Amino acid sequence: MNKKQKKVLMRIIAAAAMMVVLLLLPLEEKSIFRFLLFLIPYFTIGYDILLKAFKGIRNKQVFDENFLMAVATIGAMALGEYTEGVAVMLFYQIGELFQSYAIGKSRRNISALMDIRPDFANVMIDGSLTQVDPDEVEVGSEIIVQPGEKIPIDGVVLDGTSTLDTAALTGESVPRSVKPADEVISGCINMSGVLKIRTTKEFGESTASKILDLVENASSKKSKPENFISKFARVYTPVVCYSAVALALLPPVVSLLIGIDANWSQWVYRALTFLVISCPCALVISIPLTFFAGIGGASKAGVLVKGSNYLDMLSKAKIAVMDKTGTLTEGVFKVTKIVPVNVTKEELLEKTAIAEVYSNHPISKSLKEAYGKPINTGSVADVEEISGHGVKAVIGGITVNVGNEKLMEKIGVTAQSVREPGTVIHVAFNGNYAGYILISDELKPTSKAAISAMKHAGILNTVMLTGDSAQVAEIVAGDLGLDKVYAELLPADKVTKVEELLATKKEKEQLIFVGDGINDAPVLSRADIGIAMGALGSDAAIEAADVVLMDDDPMKIAKAINIAKKCMRIVYENIYFAIGIKIACLILGAIGLANMWLAIFADVGVMVIAVLNAIRALRVHNV
Amino acid sequence: MKKTYKIDVDCANCANKMEQAAKNTAGVADATVNFMALKMNVEFEEGVDVKAVMAEVLANCKKVEDDCEIFL
Repeated sequence: MNKKQKKVLMRIIAAAAMMVVLLLLPLEEKSIFRFLLFLIPYFTIGYDILLKAFKGIRNKQVFDENFLMAVATIGAMALGEYTEGVAVMLFYQIGELFQSYAIGKSRRNISALMDIRPDFANVMIDGSLTQVDPDEVEVGSEIIVQPGEKIPIDGVVLDGTSTLDTAALTGESVPRSVKPADEVISGCINMSGVLKIRTTKEFGESTASKILDLVENASSKKSKPENFISKFARVYTPVVCYSAVALALLPPVVSLLIGIDANWSQWVYRALTFLVISCPCALVISIPLTFFAGIGGASKAGVLVKGSNYLDMLSKAKIAVMDKTGTLTEGVFKVTKIVPVNVTKEELLEKTAIAEVYSNHPISKSLKEAYGKPINTGSVADVEEISGHGVKAVIGGITVNVGNEKLMEKIGVTAQSVREPGTVIHVAFNGNYAGYILISDELKPTSKAAISAMKHAGILNTVMLTGDSAQVAEIVAGDLGLDKVYAELLPADKVTKVEELLATKKEKEQLIFVGDGINDAPVLSRADIGIAMGALGSDAAIEAADVVLMDDDPMKIAKAINIAKKCMRIVYENIYFAIGIKIACLILGAIGLANMWLAIFADVGVMVIAVLNAIRALRVHNV
Repeated sequence: MKKTYKIDVDCANCANKMEQAAKNTAGVADATVNFMALKMNVEFEEGVDVKAVMAEVLANCKKVEDDCEIFL
């Protein structure tokens, strides 16, 4: 609690104690003496409200809550309801205190969640390690990161190996190991070894700063419910106030006209009850608080949402369009299958890798990587590239042909026909077929589960777009259980396809596009919601997307949708709950069934419950 | 031109009022107040004196909510 809050707390305790004492004293009802005694706790608890109300009137701001509370309580005192007058003020202050405490706490909670802001960078100055403000470190400087410290600025490891805890950035607890020449991003915590890093960016341009900036400015794009609530608040208070005036005047006047007792005090009391309920605080605070908590919780899970409107839209996502390479697949080529014919697997892979030793093609690289051992170039002779077909080499006296089906045809070898996604490398030893190696872009281990999770989260149509051949695409789509696939697309075609899909959806449904953010920026911005994944360190993707998944796990897509749904559910719960209770109390108050105590509950109680409910949006662990 | 200012205000509805007051100030094209982050984003109209406009924004905000602050 801060100073301001503590002071209010002291006043609340003092006023409450005085009130208890006054209620216990045997004082005569409605005596001047009793009135004067009750003024002490009243002013103790309410002097600032009365002062603010007075300033409000001076500034022609009649409908502010201070004014309403002042009128309601002064009115109650005037009617002789001293206890209620003080109590309304007391509970109003308790409510305000709770609200400011809860908000302060969730502000701190959320900033703690996003505790990736590095405080300092270690720089070698004159042979000694000095802590400096990361803002002052220039691009290309060398910084040292000790175990347990945060990496302050993006850079490249020069020296040292270590494991990094990326949990604060990605929500993933699996540590990432780094070695010299690896790129590292700010915000990760160095866990084991000392790292010497050459910075590649300024602090302000580094990942940690960018992310913090993004999260902190997220709620400037306001969602529909938020706009609705601010409009509602502007209308609600005046309407209730005028109703209160009408309630105080009309029934007594009508009663007088038809000749029965006007009963002024009863109607004025009811009108004052209205004023207590007229403050829109519960609504106005709980909606942005829910979104703030939702965005904070999502960042904790490694999902950056750029505005509360995107949470709203995500919760209504019905069509998910995904890019294949890098989104559903790993995006790197790997040997996925080795099928030897009359030779051993090891021999097939070894000879193939050796034959490809001089090539830098991605496929050759993946072969060499699969082989995994250093290649002695002395054993290989007569390497000959056969353009468009493959390569021929003599290895230890054996002529090895490595290439596609055409090459096999050319040298008169019958190759097995293979119908599997990926690139097939046929191999022949001395003119005899030795088998094939399949190189493909592997599916991510969670892709299949991710698609079913998305369907579970309400996605009706899952679509994959790819530049790959139709054959490969169909197999991948079948494996994953996707609804539709469009293959052999050029980047521009992807935009066209997304536009076609946008035309098919109903107005309130939303289309999400998920890509790796590298070359699909136009599609990301064309979709209702563009989601970039694995965007850690990629500024372009963070820039273009509406939602950024910090790691490249496709499961996060469904997670993001579920977080959004939970958040929106809480938002609507709060709207219906708060408006419902208030209207119910207004009606009960008008017909005389609700007294001021119930009105206080409608105001303060609803606010407390709505705030507590809003904070639930922060918990995204199991959604 | 856009600028972000840190603000201090106690209640959410007051933040909404500040937003409205800032929007209605001459020279301000658009303004949003983020109560949770305690920030005000102001988009200025072309060629206005930012300092003078912000002084006016602060004065207008003070009118609607006495207990608020904009850190200029």
